[in-house]
Amino acid sequence: MKNTMSFKRRAPMLILEAFTILLFILFMIPFAMVVLNSAKTSREIIINAVALPENWGQLGNNISRIFNNPTVDYLSAFGDSVIITVLSLLVIITFSSMAAWVLVRNEKKTWSIIIFMVFVAAMVIPFQVLMYPLVRWLRILGNVLNLRLLGTVRGIVFAYLGFGSSLSIFVFHGFIKNIPYELEEAATIDGCSYPRIFFEIVFPLLKPIIVTVMILNGIWIWNDYLLPYLVLGSNGAVQTLPVAVTAFAGAYLKQWDLILTSTLLAIVPIIILYLFAQRYIIKGMVEGAIK
Amino acid sequence: MKQRSVVNILFLAPVVFTFIMIIIVPFSLGIYYSLTDWNGVSPNIHFVGFKNFSKLFNTPDFIHSFLITVGYTIINVILVNIVSFTLSLIVTSKVKFRNFYRAGFFVPYLIGGIVLGYIWQFIMNNILVSLGTTYGIEMLQSSFLSRPETVIWVMSVVNTWQFSGYIMLIYVAAIQSIPKSLMEAASVDGAGFVRNVFNILIPMMANAFTISLFLTLTNSFKQFDMNLTLTNGGPATRFMGVPVKASQLLAMNIFDTATANKMAEAQAKAVVLFVVLVVVSLIQVSNNKKKEVEM
Repeated sequence: MKNTMSFKRRAPMLILEAFTILLFILFMIPFAMVVLNSAKTSREIIINAVALPENWGQLGNNISRIFNNPTVDYLSAFGDSVIITVLSLLVIITFSSMAAWVLVRNEKKTWSIIIFMVFVAAMVIPFQVLMYPLVRWLRILGNVLNLRLLGTVRGIVFAYLGFGSSLSIFVFHGFIKNIPYELEEAATIDGCSYPRIFFEIVFPLLKPIIVTVMILNGIWIWNDYLLPYLVLGSNGAVQTLPVAVTAFAGAYLKQWDLILTSTLLAIVPIIILYLFAQRYIIKGMVEGAIK
Repeated sequence: MKQRSVVNILFLAPVVFTFIMIIIVPFSLGIYYSLTDWNGVSPNIHFVGFKNFSKLFNTPDFIHSFLITVGYTIINVILVNIVSFTLSLIVTSKVKFRNFYRAGFFVPYLIGGIVLGYIWQFIMNNILVSLGTTYGIEMLQSSFLSRPETVIWVMSVVNTWQFSGYIMLIYVAAIQSIPKSLMEAASVDGAGFVRNVFNILIPMMANAFTISLFLTLTNSFKQFDMNLTLTNGGPATRFMGVPVKASQLLAMNIFDTATANKMAEAQAKAVVLFVVLVVVSLIQVSNNKKKEVEM
């Protein structure tokens, strides 16, 4: 009697546990399929895409085939992606936080309100409206400044600062508003110069929100396709990972052993980063959405 | 005081300059080009007024893309909300390993649309077809991606798989901000789980629903990456008597038009997309602000 009672109470919980496990497996199946088939030959995949690979050593073979492939330089694409993402984050964080601080400290002034509103309103502009004019404009601008912007790291970092600044200023703005002004007043009385107040007092306080801004922009820039495709070109000297994967898949149509291995190589670095920074990534995504 | 003004300008200058160069100028050019006969190559550009726009109403491939994008968006809003709300209830329950699950459900969001498009193309064209052949399930034997009537649904499923974990996080934050005592008090009064969800949880989460609806709407309307690598617009179908691409969403239609050197027409289409996004955003935000419960 007692047993059935406790079972009755526990039954809904058990059903929920089982349902959750099923759902979780369903969510993870695509990844499992990538791993399984990255360790197969093209023939094995055609015979049976669901079966376990005959020999896991094939995974190493497939990976080395990609590393030694002439159509795509995976390692250099990976390196370019890292450089572009890191540099873009650096300029976005530095310049957006500086601007947001000035805007908050002059909150009541008309120019501050207008600048802030323009940045926020620009978030609704879809990339499609300005992508082709942007490429044309960057070419003109490059000629005028005698500084090549298309096909270069500086060009795309410049573009990412432009596209990333709206959301970043918005997020920084909300955070800086809650930093007590008294802190800065005290520093002024102590003879601290105006720029130093920002760099030595305000900026260190921004740490938690910098993590948020980094994650919001980082995931987007890392995975972005169209902007690097248009600004860097699909076969340029500088190439990001998503563009490289697409070029590769285009060259090896339906050769799933190679395509899946290349997607696996694109996924693994993000998953590793996620394992280490999971707490920050989740917190950053939530704060970015709610603000 | 004077020093402050100089510093203000110096601090604002980098982003404001970049913003003008990267957003304002190209955006203005984009609007202008939509009113011209720009073909992307020729240096001669003539002003033609709203001709490109009036032509759009007689362009079957554009109307088709517009309609399927609306359909895709509606399906996404429903699917993503149901799945992510369910996930958020699960990971805030007393289920074992709930933090592990929460972290796991979010993983698809980290993978870019380009990469996951290839993964799902493989699942749809190879895995499911292979299962269909092995077990003699007729429905699976031809890929869902090769049928005009199912392809949009597949894209929505993939989109749901990608975004639910993210929207789940927003709902989890909302659920956790609701005072526990509220639900407990209701339970003492005899309210069951389902009634608690509908009478307390959902009304208290109005703000989170606003955010997630807005995100899902705008993301669906702008969808491009996954569309490119999952279907590349295919398969072919017919609409208004002409052949069109069954899964060519609006963003891809713009891209394909531009690639065909019809730049001005592509710009006009992009401006329409922009106007839709502005309208949708305004309606969505103002509508949900009214519905929110006052605390």
